[in-house]
Amino acid sequence: MATRDTELPALPATAPVVAAPRVAASLTADVARGLNPGAAAAQVLLDDAAIRRALLRIAHEIIERSADPTRLYLVGIPNGGVPLARQIAHNLREVAAVSVVVGVLDTTLYRDDRLSSAVRPRLRRTEMPSAVDDRQVILVDDVASTGRTIRAAMDALMDFGRPRAVQVAALVDRGHRELPIRVDYVGKNIPTARDDLVKLQSDADAPESAMQVVLLRGAGEAR
Amino acid sequence: MTFNCRSLLSIEELSRDDIELVLETAWRMKEVGQREVKKVPTLRGRTVVNLFFEPSTRTRTSFEIAAKRLSADLVNFSASGSSLSKRESILDTAKTLDAMDPDLVVVRHQVAGVPKRIADVLAAPVINAGDGAHEHPTQALLDLMTVREEKGEIAGLTVAIIGDIAHSRVARSNIHAFSKLGASVRVVGPATLVPPDIERLGGAAAGAVKVFHSLREGIEGADVLMALRIQRERFAGALLPSVREYAATFGLDRARLRFAQDDAIVMHPGPVNRGVELAHELTDHRPSVILDQVRNGVALRMAVLYLLSGRSSLPAPPEAQSE
Repeated sequence: MATRDTELPALPATAPVVAAPRVAASLTADVARGLNPGAAAAQVLLDDAAIRRALLRIAHEIIERSADPTRLYLVGIPNGGVPLARQIAHNLREVAAVSVVVGVLDTTLYRDDRLSSAVRPRLRRTEMPSAVDDRQVILVDDVASTGRTIRAAMDALMDFGRPRAVQVAALVDRGHRELPIRVDYVGKNIPTARDDLVKLQSDADAPESAMQVVLLRGAGEAR
Repeated sequence: MTFNCRSLLSIEELSRDDIELVLETAWRMKEVGQREVKKVPTLRGRTVVNLFFEPSTRTRTSFEIAAKRLSADLVNFSASGSSLSKRESILDTAKTLDAMDPDLVVVRHQVAGVPKRIADVLAAPVINAGDGAHEHPTQALLDLMTVREEKGEIAGLTVAIIGDIAHSRVARSNIHAFSKLGASVRVVGPATLVPPDIERLGGAAAGAVKVFHSLREGIEGADVLMALRIQRERFAGALLPSVREYAATFGLDRARLRFAQDDAIVMHPGPVNRGVELAHELTDHRPSVILDQVRNGVALRMAVLYLLSGRSSLPAPPEAQSE
């Protein structure tokens, strides 16, 4: 994987777009699978140890701000949010001896910015194991940015019932918010250019394997 | 993986990857149908037109529920009480419809090839909901979905399609569908109802389709038994001697089921002629999966509507551009 050889943040917003979104997606998929590692300037923003520290801190914060931890319900947004939600649930068991429900909620069918896209995105799984009524639901995503995914997730969530409260946890907050949405639990604030792509890489089949957050310059969707 | 067709006109034109994407999407859509609120906002503001030149309740209703679960507006345009009975030509009807800017059009017609002709003049994608004895692609896809749910894998299975192969669009679509996914397909029926060159339909998987004129031999060792509806009008002509004769030689009942695999499932596209192609006891209970087919039909049609509703990057057909 690429080394930390460049300054992290703040490319100008006018940074050239080097790849269309679809190309970018396959590029990251390649990087994630460890094929083609030199293809993009993938830069590690958070390594596995940093991610695990951040998730432990988030678990402590959740306990501090929860009146009744037994009512917690973690909902991972695929793909990145799912292993994170699982890890936070594990941490909550360790630090507070509470066992919380973990669900998976795909937002694709609720998105507002995919109507005009040429190709319909693939749907991902949704598994909500129990009712959300009267629960403190925490939506977990890997990277928060425009807020559109979180908005879609809130709409989707409301179709499953009436939670007592909805909060948001994100491993990375990039800024660039386009909607009035706040992230309640942030792993790390990382300023980036709009057309960068920031992504959690993990092995879905091996929850214990190493995770990392990488940045691909200019590989995101330019708006 | 992306869906590579602008319209869904036949299984024959689909790649294996296209089929896999539809099945995966349908599986996700099935979860939506199991929620308390069975509706997602995905096709809000889109208009789906059901253009049915031939009577149909099941398929039309299935598309209707599918469209509504995706929040689309749905308009039924059926043959009775419309200009279709005033002898307007099909293409004029299609052009009139096109001027109303639908986003998706579902077409059923008694003549093979009509959905394709309509797709050629419409700006919107067309879904073939059955054309003559040609194809009924969404039926075959929901059959694949149901078999995969029951059996896990399609490749390696033996599928016997029993009955009036010659007049059945369901048979043709399923022959293509199951051979593309690696099953071996048998067609079983009286010689008068099996077209002579049917073996060649398997396409790339040539030799995958075998013909049997004996029910017992045809279902021997089969994993999936698919009975087709025998249309009553076939008995009037020279094709079949009588209903009783057909039921006695090609009708499925529990006793005959023992020739198939122990865990074989029984399918039927509906509506069933009870006591003709299927005995009563087989219609209502396991191993029959007829109602699962209907249930999966809604999810499958949601998947097709979803995949075809993107603003396609594929060019509109030339005829439509020059209109």
